[in-house]
Amino acid sequence: MTKKNPLLKSQYKNLLTDNMVPIIFILFTLIGFLVAKGVPFSFFLSDLSSRFYRNAFLVLSLVIPVIAGLGLNFGIVVGAMSGQIAIAIVRYFFIEGIGGMALCFAIATPIATFFGYLTGKLFNKTRGQEMIASLIVGFFANGIYQFLFLFVVGVIIKVPADHPMIKTDGVGIRMSVDMGTLKYSLENILEIPFMWAMLIIAVISAGFLLYKRYVKKDASTIENKLGFYAKLTGSLALLVISIISIATNNSLMTVKKVPVVTVLLIALLGLFNNLLLKTKLGQDFRSVGQSQHIARSNGIDVDRTRIIAVIISTVLAAWGQLIYIQNMGTLNTYGAHNVIGMFSVASLLVGGASVSKATVGQAIVGTLLFNSMFIMSPEIGKAVFGQAILGEYFRTFMVYGVIGLALGMYVWNANRKSRITLDPDEAEKLVG
Amino acid sequence: MAELTNGKIRNSILKSIGLPTIIIAVFYAVVLVSAFMLGLPMTELISDTLRRFGMNGLLVLAMVPSIKSGTGPNFALPVGISCGLLAIVCGIEFGFEGFGLILFASVFATIVATIVGYLYGKLLNAVKGAEMTIATYTGFSIVSLMSLVWLMVPFQSKKMGWLIGSGLRETIQLDSVGADGIINEFLAFNIFGVKVPTGLLLVFFAFCILIWLFFRTKTGIAIFAGGQNPKFAEASGIDIDKNRVIANIISTILGALGIILYSQSYGYTQLYAAPLNMAFPAVAAILIGGATASKANVINVLIGVFLFQGLFTTSLPVANQLFAGTDLSETLRMVIQNGIILYALTQVKGGDR
Repeated sequence: MTKKNPLLKSQYKNLLTDNMVPIIFILFTLIGFLVAKGVPFSFFLSDLSSRFYRNAFLVLSLVIPVIAGLGLNFGIVVGAMSGQIAIAIVRYFFIEGIGGMALCFAIATPIATFFGYLTGKLFNKTRGQEMIASLIVGFFANGIYQFLFLFVVGVIIKVPADHPMIKTDGVGIRMSVDMGTLKYSLENILEIPFMWAMLIIAVISAGFLLYKRYVKKDASTIENKLGFYAKLTGSLALLVISIISIATNNSLMTVKKVPVVTVLLIALLGLFNNLLLKTKLGQDFRSVGQSQHIARSNGIDVDRTRIIAVIISTVLAAWGQLIYIQNMGTLNTYGAHNVIGMFSVASLLVGGASVSKATVGQAIVGTLLFNSMFIMSPEIGKAVFGQAILGEYFRTFMVYGVIGLALGMYVWNANRKSRITLDPDEAEKLVG
Repeated sequence: MAELTNGKIRNSILKSIGLPTIIIAVFYAVVLVSAFMLGLPMTELISDTLRRFGMNGLLVLAMVPSIKSGTGPNFALPVGISCGLLAIVCGIEFGFEGFGLILFASVFATIVATIVGYLYGKLLNAVKGAEMTIATYTGFSIVSLMSLVWLMVPFQSKKMGWLIGSGLRETIQLDSVGADGIINEFLAFNIFGVKVPTGLLLVFFAFCILIWLFFRTKTGIAIFAGGQNPKFAEASGIDIDKNRVIANIISTILGALGIILYSQSYGYTQLYAAPLNMAFPAVAAILIGGATASKANVINVLIGVFLFQGLFTTSLPVANQLFAGTDLSETLRMVIQNGIILYALTQVKGGDR
């Protein structure tokens, strides 16, 4: 027992340092609630949940490239642009409703595949510098995108100047494009009250946990008793809270309704990511991500695998951007895509992911935590310093800081490890 | 023998100029000719080009030490820029004006940039192999951190604050402190209608010569050797880590002084988000001048900043004339600037894990 104790202690210490970023974000949000008294919890939940439906899909599109060893793909901006091109085409011909939305998805897919292929090719040529290349490729693509929307539309492709989407002089697309009935087209299919959705989620998760423990007798649930009971308690607590709110019709019932289709799409993508990793292709992603040399000597076409990973990520980002914009209601033609890369990467990192490790769970948790910070920063700025703008600058600092810190820590650790294994004495110790 | 060396020289010139430089140069020539054909005021264009050449020069020169030391282009240029901006606003707050302000800001900026550059160099040594990515985010983080500083700093000067509330303005006019174009105007003269900002160019060239001389000193050569072949340099007893720190201190100082020169020529000091993306045009300029992510010299800076700034000074009115109502030159800038950086990244070796 005495022998075990220091080990346990260091384990907890590791748990703490490994999850430093998520912990900071949770604390930050909690402090926000303490100091900013003007934020009702139901308002916070409404805001957070709608941000979650908008962003989760985009954040999830980052998981595959991380596993394939490409790092954090800031190049999802390219996918976002592909989605916006699709919207522009569909809106130009006034195709409305859910049919128009479906058409957007259909048009965005080949465009994103093409650009994803090119981006993947580029990443194969900039091996080892993928992350900075992906950042710059977003800027580069933005130039081409502007050329397309400000010049080609109007000068090369003739368009009527009286079209509501086109600028009054007949050249270029307007700064903002109204989405017509594409707006909320996914949400409008089916919406259920928030607490009912929570109730359903609580029942499903509790049922799933119990099934895993007692029917399937899954080893991990039996070994990690603490984790199992914590999860079970969480689900049951959620169950009780939702029943109470539904019964007493308290303020939690005013939280915005849940768009079932969007949530299902997010869940499906999570499932897809996890299932994909179990296939041959997924195994290839993993081995390429671990070592390109070993993967190559095992007969895996490394370059092709990396390109596929980028294509998947780009297409998913295009779809994610479609979900995002139909929820926003207007397409901010020249600005909607710019921050997507940064915010999504920051979200994933906040969830505890790193340059070489990311899971669906981290993406989901990260999206929630990051957006909590996003909502609370101006409130904290207002409450503590009397200036909401301060909170907004602080928020920007958090975005860049989190990315910089996570990347720096990762490289630093990797360098330290490689130095240790290069040292012959240490290597001998490790082997012997 | 003479022929052989001639051929060698020709080859080495071609190699040192490189294809991207030639393409951009030809493109620039085409734009210049079309500007002439369109009847645009050429003297004004050339004056503008000269001014912007000098104005951006030091920021591009800041790339040389970091590239030579092997840490790649200094994507963290905003770090140095922030030091320079801090020095300017402190100078204004302390009541300096005119040349006094420039002098104070330069000295103060150098001191701050030395300390910050030292820390930044240490950081880069810890993250070898991913310097460029980390540098970019270091720059972004510092700019957003400084935004908080600009907003919270308790300065009293009426020339910098908002009319109501606390914090500094986004742009601070330098004519109110008598520093607007003060270096540009020094010995400035007109020739054939072209205005030559003598002081600005002199300062820029002086720094070019200083950097050129520095890389002929023992320390300079050691820095270069460490960047070119780290293993060999280490075997010959060169302390690479120390040299990388020195190179990045110099780079940070040049960034800090660069923004002072830039601001006085521009007439405004821009705070908050303005420095966020300033590293990329500077990186692109030196790459256009024929540098790579691992090789650069002062000649690359001179050629690159002239072509890059010249092209955009000239293409703006040309594009406006040809395609009225479109912002084609900004689009062009984005494509060329980021295209050249991407091209340079494809030339970086390694990373095959």
